[in-house]
Amino acid sequence: MIEIEDLNVVFGRAERGVHAVRDLSLRVEEGESFGLVGESGSGKSTVLRAIAGLITDWNGRISVAGQPQGKRRDRHFRRQVQMVFQDPYGSLHPRHTIDRILKEPLKIHRMEASRERIVQALEEVGLDATFRFRFPHQISGGQRQRIAVARALIMEPSVLFLDEPTSALDVSIQAEILNLLARLRRERGLTYLLVSHDLAVVGHMCERLAVMRQGQVVEVLAVEQLRQSTPDHPYTRRLFQAAHGYDPAFVAQLADEALG
Amino acid sequence: MAEPLLRVEDLHITYHTPKGPVRAVRGVSFDLGREKLGIVGESGSGKSQTGRAILRLTDRRAEVRARMLRFADIDLLSADERTLRQVRGKRISMILQDPKFSLNPVMTVGRQIDEAFLVHETASRADARQRTLEMLRAVRIRDAERVYHAYPHELSGGMGQRVMIAMMMIPKPDIIIADEPTSALDVTISLQVLAILDDMVTRLGMGLIFISHDLSLVASFCDRVLIMYAGRIVETCRASELDKARHPYTQGLLSCLPSLDQKTDRLRTLVRDPSWAEPEGTGP
Repeated sequence: MIEIEDLNVVFGRAERGVHAVRDLSLRVEEGESFGLVGESGSGKSTVLRAIAGLITDWNGRISVAGQPQGKRRDRHFRRQVQMVFQDPYGSLHPRHTIDRILKEPLKIHRMEASRERIVQALEEVGLDATFRFRFPHQISGGQRQRIAVARALIMEPSVLFLDEPTSALDVSIQAEILNLLARLRRERGLTYLLVSHDLAVVGHMCERLAVMRQGQVVEVLAVEQLRQSTPDHPYTRRLFQAAHGYDPAFVAQLADEALG
Repeated sequence: MAEPLLRVEDLHITYHTPKGPVRAVRGVSFDLGREKLGIVGESGSGKSQTGRAILRLTDRRAEVRARMLRFADIDLLSADERTLRQVRGKRISMILQDPKFSLNPVMTVGRQIDEAFLVHETASRADARQRTLEMLRAVRIRDAERVYHAYPHELSGGMGQRVMIAMMMIPKPDIIIADEPTSALDVTISLQVLAILDDMVTRLGMGLIFISHDLSLVASFCDRVLIMYAGRIVETCRASELDKARHPYTQGLLSCLPSLDQKTDRLRTLVRDPSWAEPEGTGP
């Protein structure tokens, strides 16, 4: 579904620029849920943004659904690929009602924007018609993220890009949103590309993942392999162990590695 | 147990709004000794409000009541501003979530730490500088001289948070209140910052209040945990026994976390029981 070959992204001028993504290649199959994990600055979000066309300064080959992509994305691509961002407060217009937020993409794509369509979109994400004329600040964080998911799905996309979709939410709300995303993928056969710093979230949502560090993929592995804690790369093992909480012995080992 | 450092009894914090009172904290009681005490809860549970009330940093519009709010021999509730200023920073200090917003952006790191020392001690600038450099080394900053002359924006997040710890530790306080001190940091960096905090708190025999939303982190880092829900403590337990928690809210929170070790198709979600927000034994 998504094929990337030798992707490079450099911000700023060449000699002093930041090489955010280096020679990255990966494949995501149709219907698969694929995770990109890494620490901040590893380039995981940049990869997502380059494929989505939000960054134009990239080199290499990107193809989505068999279509090679250039610097600009066409209308068809924008319908087929939708994105859900980390902070629903930042990604929903604060002075538009939910109704208007959901209608806007339909109007842009000259699709039917009837009352029924909006109510149906709300129901699919576990909300109801009473939400239509509220503003984003009048609903809870979890409900806001449901609206962001509804807005993405109203275009009937086949690919969903999820950029840290639950890291701004409490764990009980996170569980609800992850369940919602899992159900929607099952029902619609969607392909997910999920970016997260949280290994447990990726482990729960994805079948395969790529671990990124300093703009490069250090390892692509199956979640099963992660769960049996048999990753090949020491960096992946380190992230895996760090995700298990505070352990003074492990931290001492981290410090040694940093020095050595 | 020896005399606790801090005693909080029946703390209430109420915001009077045009829509009626909002009761952010409702009857919280706990003692703090020379230990690492975690306060865990979701957003809006009142955990940060509790931490701020100890330093009397609650918003002026809020009403703070308590049967007791006592630090050593000081009654924090009735203390005047002068007394409070001597407590704040010197004897109880606070580390906040993001060093970007807590450090002065137009002053070098070294001067800021010097200042934290000089406000509380009578010493020369040269002495202060010496102490600051020692402190920066104590939080495992290798190139202390360089960091001393650096501005906050020149530091990474993990480095910035270590600078904050150095600044808070330099007057050798009795209690540190750390409100989500590592949630803005990457996980491996966060663990390293916690190790430094752990080491200093243990070595200097301080009391630490660690406020966090991250259950598994608190369970592995603290000695004792308070779980807050809707402004109340619903359960207190030893951190190592959090997995044996009895309150349905605590159990619910633990079970809705995705696990790295096991495959589940659907995450458990939390069904909130209105009775959790009621004091024990007075539910409907």
